[in-house]
Amino acid sequence: MTDDPDMLTAVAVSALLVIGSLFSVLAALGLLRFPDLYTRMHAASKAGTIGSGLLLLAAGIHAMDIAILLRALAGFAFFVLTAPLSAHLLAKAAHQAGYRLTNLSVTDQLPQPQPKSRPH
Amino acid sequence: MTFLAVNLLLMLTWAAVSGSFTLHNLLLGLAVGALSLWLVREQFAAARHRVNLVKLLVLTAVFFKELSLSAIKVALLVIRPNMQLRPGIFAFPLTLTRDFEITLLANLITLTPGTLSVDVSDDRKTLYVHALDCHDPAAEKRAISTGFERRIREAFPL
Repeated sequence: MTDDPDMLTAVAVSALLVIGSLFSVLAALGLLRFPDLYTRMHAASKAGTIGSGLLLLAAGIHAMDIAILLRALAGFAFFVLTAPLSAHLLAKAAHQAGYRLTNLSVTDQLPQPQPKSRPH
Repeated sequence: MTFLAVNLLLMLTWAAVSGSFTLHNLLLGLAVGALSLWLVREQFAAARHRVNLVKLLVLTAVFFKELSLSAIKVALLVIRPNMQLRPGIFAFPLTLTRDFEITLLANLITLTPGTLSVDVSDDRKTLYVHALDCHDPAAEKRAISTGFERRIREAFPL
């Protein structure tokens, strides 16, 4: 039973890889299926973050090297910090540009910006 | 004192990211950290907060739990043949006042189930949140104000 720890790591890495890939593919599917930019950002920011986080963790564990694991964790931390920012900025920019919510929407309490008249 | 602590933290982050804990690399990290802190020295001097470490850890734990639930929820929604979305943007009245608290709340909201921060009003009193399921905005508002907003206030007492 000398290869037991190796087996355990292999199983853990495989599980992380499969689950991470699943979340990534579902995030991509969400981008395709959701009706407008705002709902698409939900798929990209949440499922995308978890998906890439699990994949990074799998890479870190597989390397069996504390330096690489720390780098993978740092990558995940940066992902958690930056994913909501990009989702927020895209949604804000879209709303300011007058991009309307999907017809399914039930409410929009954010006031639309006044259209500025631009000189031609 | 806080400056030194943050600088040491930045040094360790640098070593972790560059993947080498040799003395030379740590010194380089210390220098880079000091330079970065020097760049933001004015904001840093203004930002001195009391932190309740235990509550901050609780907040972090709750956040990662919510993030996992959130990803699972979105994933399940995506594979459903009929998505039955009722999205919308609701206005959330903020009781947090400091900028970093609002930023933190907005980021946490974005990574939790079904909600996404879109904008903050200019007077910083209202946070506009997009929700995948917005048929009951009052319940969503209550969940945020008794959840993350309360926890942030506890983690950073005035």
